[in-house]
Amino acid sequence: MELPGFLGNALLAGSCIALASGLIGWFVVLRGQVFAGDALSHVAFTGALAAAAAGLDLRVGLFLATILVALLLALLGGRALADDVTIGVVFVWVLGLGVLFLSLLNSGAGGSSGTIAARTLFGSLFGLSAGQAQLAALIGVALALAVLTLGRPLLLASIDAPLARAQGVPVRALGVVFLALLGVYAAEATQAVGALLLLGLLAAPAGAAHRLTANPYRGLALAVAIALLCTWAGLALAYWIAAVPPGSAVILVAAGVYALTMLL
Amino acid sequence: MNPHLTLNLVQDVRELLAYQFMVNALEAAGVVAVMAAVVGWFMVLRRETFAGHTLSVMAFPGAAAAALAGLPLAVGYFVFCAAGALTIAGRRSVAQQSAVIGTVQAVGWAAGFVLLSLYGGVLEDLETLLFGSILGVTGGQVLTLALVAACALAALALLGRRLFFASVDPPLAAAGGLPVRTLASAYLLVLGLAVAATAQITGVLLVFALLLAPAAIARELTPRIGLGLGLSVVLALLIAWVGLGLSYFTNYPSGFFVSTLALVLFALARGTRHLRGGAASRLTRRRRALGSPRGQAVGG
Repeated sequence: MELPGFLGNALLAGSCIALASGLIGWFVVLRGQVFAGDALSHVAFTGALAAAAAGLDLRVGLFLATILVALLLALLGGRALADDVTIGVVFVWVLGLGVLFLSLLNSGAGGSSGTIAARTLFGSLFGLSAGQAQLAALIGVALALAVLTLGRPLLLASIDAPLARAQGVPVRALGVVFLALLGVYAAEATQAVGALLLLGLLAAPAGAAHRLTANPYRGLALAVAIALLCTWAGLALAYWIAAVPPGSAVILVAAGVYALTMLL
Repeated sequence: MNPHLTLNLVQDVRELLAYQFMVNALEAAGVVAVMAAVVGWFMVLRRETFAGHTLSVMAFPGAAAAALAGLPLAVGYFVFCAAGALTIAGRRSVAQQSAVIGTVQAVGWAAGFVLLSLYGGVLEDLETLLFGSILGVTGGQVLTLALVAACALAALALLGRRLFFASVDPPLAAAGGLPVRTLASAYLLVLGLAVAATAQITGVLLVFALLLAPAAIARELTPRIGLGLGLSVVLALLIAWVGLGLSYFTNYPSGFFVSTLALVLFALARGTRHLRGGAASRLTRRRRALGSPRGQAVGG
């Protein structure tokens, strides 16, 4: 059976983003940093709006904004676990900036086209072009490789920071780099699953994997496997039931799996 | 007539109050500020900011579900926020807790989008729900807000003392016979209902900003309960009203001014605490070097 083009694109982009989200998500959950992911997913929205207001390429604005705010959070947080109040206050400010750019766009001449363009960035998996899907796949694989490269020291730094420091692991720098990776992930996943949904792909498969095993290697593999299966099941669901948007379908399946592991 | 800011404060306030919609907006912001400052003080104490934001998101699927079922919107808000609060409440590790809250929020968004697509019609603009439009508040809505605020404050007055001990030292509180888990659920329920009822009127941004920032600033400045709560209320009123006022005179959205004020004041508060902390520890070191007994007492 020949797959329709949009479904092939969705499968390619979705699978690679699921790969990255399983790996990054496992560390995000381990470090208790899901709130930072939440904040960064909203930053992506503001970044795109800011770029639209300034007349820049939306992608540039999106990536710049998420990485900058990720670095800001990492530096302000001080410790490896950025504290929730700091994240929250920065988050509120970013939302406020979003409102400002929105009003600038809506009041400016011909500005509403910028808003529409920013909205299309938060498109659905079914709306990706072949080029967009390939770029998403490339970034997803690059992120996965980066996390795997950092894996061992990051694991030690996350579990036992004093011991890691004693062994010469640069705990602080690792925390900053990891949040920057989370920023890149948020910027890319925003365009595929939508800013409001990437949080679930980050939290649910990893949360389930952490419940099922304490072994880091098995946990990472399990998180990736669950993320991949949920993405494929969600895409199939959304393909057959037209009323269900693909991003939502993926999230609902992933949340269902997580809820099941709670019952085990 | 275009409003313009003068140096005469009385004149400015008179101009602010010239229109009924502005009076309503200031009243609504005042009510939300007082409630959010008190509810938020406990949220910051309990480190439940993420839960607070997630519960405020629940207004979206709540509204979509109510529209689909043909029920009043308020019913949808309350049902979804209560469900979210009860799902989040529970004893888990830090890692699992953050994963659960994140998943609850994502499910909230996903359910909202599915329900919206099933409903087929245009709900209200998603952006309005996210960012709010306090300028359209009616007199009746101000009354609703006041009622909700009174209920939330009454509930906290009832729980307050026990909730404080259960938040500061859960094991000790449990050993003393306090129902720590029930208190945690009850607080999240108050937080969720307060957020749900107000977010529909003023938007999530204003509520979340006023829940978090004043309380966070107050906690930076004082560890004391009464003083902290009072300071939090004063700061919330200040941020809300100054933000609205600036928005009125400049024609830029109030959410921007409120959140910027929140960030600037928080940065100032944290900065002064660091400065004071630095000065205090230098003083202690000097005293210790001089062999003063007070220095030892402070240092030890």
